[in-house]
Amino acid sequence: MWKKDERIPSGCAISGFINRCGRKESGEAILRSIAAMHERSNGLGGGFAVYGCYPEYAACYAFHLMFESEAARDRVEEFLRRSFVVQGAEPIPTRSVASITDQPLLWRYFLEVRPESLTVGNTFLTEEDFVVAAVMEINAHFDGAYVASSGKNMGVFKGVGYPEEIGRFYRLEEYQGYLWTAHGRFPTNTPGWWGGAHPFALLDWSVVHNGEISSYGINKRYLEGHGYLCRLGTDTEVIAYLFDLFQRRHGLPLSATCLALAAPFWSEIDRLPPEEATIARAVRMVYGSGLLNGPFSIIVANRSGMIGLNDRIKLRPMVVAERGETVYMASEEAAIREICPSVDRLWYARGGEPVVAAMMPLGAEAEAEVA
Amino acid sequence: MTTEICAQQMDYRELNAKVRAAVAGGERELVLSQVNGQRYLGVGLTQPVKLSIHGVAGNDLAAFMDGPTLEIWGNAQDGVGNTMNSGRVVIHGSAGDVLGYGMRGGRILVRGDVGYRVGIHMKSFKRQVPTIVVGGSAGDFLGEYMAGGVLVVLNLWKEEKEPVGRWTGTGMHGGAIYLRGGSVSPDRLGREVLAAPAGEEDQPVLFPLLDDFATTFGLEAEELRRQPFQRLTPTSHRPYGNLYAY
Repeated sequence: MWKKDERIPSGCAISGFINRCGRKESGEAILRSIAAMHERSNGLGGGFAVYGCYPEYAACYAFHLMFESEAARDRVEEFLRRSFVVQGAEPIPTRSVASITDQPLLWRYFLEVRPESLTVGNTFLTEEDFVVAAVMEINAHFDGAYVASSGKNMGVFKGVGYPEEIGRFYRLEEYQGYLWTAHGRFPTNTPGWWGGAHPFALLDWSVVHNGEISSYGINKRYLEGHGYLCRLGTDTEVIAYLFDLFQRRHGLPLSATCLALAAPFWSEIDRLPPEEATIARAVRMVYGSGLLNGPFSIIVANRSGMIGLNDRIKLRPMVVAERGETVYMASEEAAIREICPSVDRLWYARGGEPVVAAMMPLGAEAEAEVA
Repeated sequence: MTTEICAQQMDYRELNAKVRAAVAGGERELVLSQVNGQRYLGVGLTQPVKLSIHGVAGNDLAAFMDGPTLEIWGNAQDGVGNTMNSGRVVIHGSAGDVLGYGMRGGRILVRGDVGYRVGIHMKSFKRQVPTIVVGGSAGDFLGEYMAGGVLVVLNLWKEEKEPVGRWTGTGMHGGAIYLRGGSVSPDRLGREVLAAPAGEEDQPVLFPLLDDFATTFGLEAEELRRQPFQRLTPTSHRPYGNLYAY
C-alpha cells in the first residue's frame, strides 16, 4: 500500500462536476478526472460522491456503512430495524483490486423513517433530525461501525487507496449520476483509514477538501453543543456538519453560510458598503465558532447543487470551468481538460468567494433551447 | 531538426526523461504536443534549448531552470519558474498561483492573468535581475517579501478596476513593481511599499520590458510606452530590522 520508493510531491486533489439540467453519466469521467492528478495523492485515501444514483429508492435514506466485523454489522442492523423501516439491504458491490486490501464489510441500507418515531414525548423531530441523530449514534456508540453517507438518492464510496483504484474497486462505472465529486488524499495530521477518507457526508451534504482546518478544535466543540459528534478523526468532518447546521437547521442563505466559513478580515469588512458591512459583522459575531481557519479548497454538494470555496487568502488551488450546462471544479486545470478538452469559460476561484453551480429549475433547459 | 513528442496520457516522469534524453543527444528544439498537466517540464535543464509546449503545462514548470526558452501555447498551472536562474518562459494563456517564487534570474512573460503570490521573494544580485511581465491582472500577495527584480502588471484585457489583489508588496525590501494605470488603491498595498507615478528615470528599466512583451505577443510597443504607470518600491531595504530588537 505504501510505495516507499516513490517520491511524493504532496497535496490533496479534488474534482467535481454537475450537469445543471440533471443529465446523468457514469462514474468513468470523474475517475479519469481525479486520476489526472495522481501525484497529489499518496494512496492513503480516495473517494467519490454521486447524486441521482438510486432512483429506485429515491424516497429512502441510503445509508452506506463500513463494519469492522460481522458482530458490528449485527448490532447496527438490529438498531436500524428498530429505528427505521428497512426497504433494502445489500452488500455494496465491489471488485477485487490488487492494491486495495483490508477493506471493511461494506453494506448499504435503504431506510424510511416511521412517522411515529418523530414524536418523542412532547418533542417533535423532523425526519432529517431523526436521521442525523441515528448517524451520530452509530458513529459514536457502535464499535467498529461507521456511516459513510446517509442521504436520499446519493452515495459516498471511499476507502484507502488511490482514488482511481477505489473507483474501480467500487465499480463506479455501473452508477449513473448528475453530480460527481472526487478526492485523492494525502493525509497530513490524521491517519489514513477507511472512515477517514473523503468525501464526508451527512444527509445529502458531501464535502471533499484539500487543506487542513486549523480551527478544528473550536469548530468541533461548537458542533458538539448542537448535537454533532465528530468521531471520524479527520478535520473535514466538521465542514459537512457546519453546512447542515447553518443551511438546514438555521436556514441561512448560502451566501451567509459562506461568509461564516470564510469570513472577510475585519479590515476588509470596514471597507464594505454599510449594509454589507453590517451583515458581515453580524455573521462573524454570531457564527464566529464556525469560521474555518487554515488553508482549504473545498467542493460541497447536495441534491440541488455544487459549491466551490477557498480559504480567505487562497492557500489552496481551485480552477472552475463551464461547458454548456455542466460546471467543473478541480484542484488543477488538467483534471477538467482531461474530461472536457474544450470549455466555454475557465477561471480561477478567488479566496473566500464561493462559486455556486445550482441545478436549473425543471423546464429551464427546454426554455433555454427554445430561446 | 525538431523532435516532437506527443504527451497524451504520458506520465510526467516518462515525458521528462524523453526530453532530457533528446537534449543529451544534441537536440536543441523540441515540440511537446497534447500536454495535460504533466509536471516539472523544463526543470533543471541547463542547455540553451527551445521547448514549445502545447496544452496545459503542469505544476512547477521551469523550476530551477537555467537557460532554456519555453513557449506555452495554452495555460500553465501553479508554481511556474520556482527558483528559476536564467532562461525565458512565454505563456500565451494564463498561469496559476506562486509563479516566479524565489526567482533569481531570467524572464517570464504571461499574456493573460496570473494567480495569487506571484513573484514572492524574487531576488537579484549584480547582473542577475529576474523580470516578470503580466498582460492581465494579478491576485493577492504579488511581490510579497520581494527582494529584487522587476514585476510589471499591464491589466490590458479585462480592464479590472484594480490590476492587483490585496497585500501587494507586503514585506517588500528590494526591486520594483510597475502597474499600468494612473493610480492603485492604497488598501491594495502592503505597509512596506511606496507608490509613485513612474517617470523618465524608470524608462531604462520599463521600456525594454514593454517592448519585449509587445514584440512577443504582437502588440504596439509605442502604445504601451505611452501608458501611465505606477511604481511601487520598498520604503526600506530592511523593513523588519528591528522586529526582534525591542
